[in-house]
Amino acid sequence: MMKKNALQGLCCVLVIMCFWIPVCHGVTYINISNPLLKKSPIAVPDFKAFSNSAEEVRDGKTAVQILNEALNFTGYLKTMDPMAFLANPAQSGIQLSEINFRDWTGIGAELLITGGVLVESPGNVKFELRLFDTFNSKLLVGKVYTGPESQIRRMIHMFCSEISFALTGKYGVFNTEMAFVSTMDGNKEIFTCDFDGQNIKQITSHKSISLSPSWSSDGKWLAYVSYAKGKPDLYIKNLKENRGSIVTLKGMNISPDWMPGQLKLAAALSFSGDQEIYLLTINGEVIKRLTDSLGIDVSPKFSPDGQKIAFTSKRAGTPQIYIQDIGSGSVKRLTFEGLNNTSPAWCPDGKKIAYVGIEKNRINIFVMSIDSGVPVQLTADSGDNEDPVWSPDGSMLAFTSTREGDIPRIFVMNASGTDQRRLLSMNGKQTQPDWSISDSTREGM
Amino acid sequence: MKNKFWLNVLMAVLVAGLFLTVSCAKKAVVSDAGTVSGAATTEDPNAKAKAEAERLAAEKAAKEKAAKMAAARKAFENEDVHFDFDSSELTAAAKALLKDKAAWLTENASAAVTIEGHCDERGTTEYNLALGDRRATAVKAYLVDMGIAASRMNTISYGEEKPIDTGKTELAWAMNRRAHFAVK
Repeated sequence: MMKKNALQGLCCVLVIMCFWIPVCHGVTYINISNPLLKKSPIAVPDFKAFSNSAEEVRDGKTAVQILNEALNFTGYLKTMDPMAFLANPAQSGIQLSEINFRDWTGIGAELLITGGVLVESPGNVKFELRLFDTFNSKLLVGKVYTGPESQIRRMIHMFCSEISFALTGKYGVFNTEMAFVSTMDGNKEIFTCDFDGQNIKQITSHKSISLSPSWSSDGKWLAYVSYAKGKPDLYIKNLKENRGSIVTLKGMNISPDWMPGQLKLAAALSFSGDQEIYLLTINGEVIKRLTDSLGIDVSPKFSPDGQKIAFTSKRAGTPQIYIQDIGSGSVKRLTFEGLNNTSPAWCPDGKKIAYVGIEKNRINIFVMSIDSGVPVQLTADSGDNEDPVWSPDGSMLAFTSTREGDIPRIFVMNASGTDQRRLLSMNGKQTQPDWSISDSTREGM
Repeated sequence: MKNKFWLNVLMAVLVAGLFLTVSCAKKAVVSDAGTVSGAATTEDPNAKAKAEAERLAAEKAAKEKAAKMAAARKAFENEDVHFDFDSSELTAAAKALLKDKAAWLTENASAAVTIEGHCDERGTTEYNLALGDRRATAVKAYLVDMGIAASRMNTISYGEEKPIDTGKTELAWAMNRRAHFAVK
């Protein structure tokens, strides 16, 4: 029932793109991979209620709050305190010609969002939203969204994706989801939530140990490991249709990762007696063996172009990160510092790999440029930090940390390691986040 | 042909004899019991006490044997094989313990076991699953070398999912790095 309503709502939202003001693109305002990134101040004054109804005022307030939370989540924008505002577009007007940009540049706002709300029929709301570059008095994004009041969050996040695209050239995280492991009901089960930790859903109920969720790049499939049949097996599951397959080969069937843009996976299997990485079909059949070395090979992660895998191998005596070209089979060792480097995560820009390094029993997250090979430590003196995963735009990392009360919880940080904060508030332990790549809301546009 | 015929006759006689022996033995037991119970009041009381003592001794021996077997099984299941950090190599102590395990498995030839591989919490979830897999298979391979049939043993890695001690001390970690035997 819930699902149907959500789908209907989605259809309504998808119908809304009836108006947009042409704006010139081509300029990247913000380079999200710059580690010295300064946050741009952005002003979000109250929305204009077109017919001044109580519903419009209420929906406007809801939208402004969602907008503030979403923009602050980015790590490159900082919403300003409304006490500082000198103008009130809700009264004076929300269009380009009605704005005196000196009111905004004067208080240091580099960007301005104006919005108008119209409740056309009971329960149905229309938002007119604009993003301005205040210093150049220029409209960057203009959109109108119409849909049921229950979909305000979704509409605002769609607008945030447009903001992100205008500023960074990427749609950002606003329509992405996170899969993770939680012991909320005692056992380790797989859950999902929105990018910001909202909208938590339980995916598995195996009442066993379930681990290592991995999204397919179309967001329709989730692969994970579960002991539901008594040992670590690989589950490949379609989230919408009730179908999938299970790899139950002898030994362990673990650490799945989907090949970008394809319905194939890499996983570590030990049916041969040795832990090796294999390429599998969506039905769990072995296409080919990728690694060939005595000892542990585990945790494959595809490069964004799908041509290579990064993985953990103990072939040189200690666990280290390696990169292998799938076509040629050539292998290159990436990490040389430290005796225990595992759990690689390939940045969507293709140039960096985040991983877990253990030194003197301290477990921390590092990032390394593949070209330079120089490790940069992102976490320190804050519990154990594991399971790094990149946001699909490469601007952020999610990870597991025990910094709060020694209980593992999911945190996010900016790619440079700044703004580390907890993502989720829920009972039990949360581990092993995986960030979805898909943005299904844009598929229909 | 003729030889086979006589062989069959011989077999038939032997089998029949076996049946007779069994039934005779049974009868003998029944009649003995009758004699004992019938003569109990009139016979020498020392004989009765002696019989009772023998019965008790046998019972005790059986009990002791059962307790010994239970203790041996308990030890077999409770004594874990331990490993060094990030290693699946069998230490000298591990090999000594595995000799005991092999002895028990030889004595209990019908027993089938699961060998669980476990790790301490350091290291990542997936790497530890692989390490636990190696620990369990290393133990199994050693026992196979000692003559235990591979078909009686299966392995499961639990990685760092089932620690015995959740503490963050060297001792707790050492306890958790183990291969555990569970009799099926």
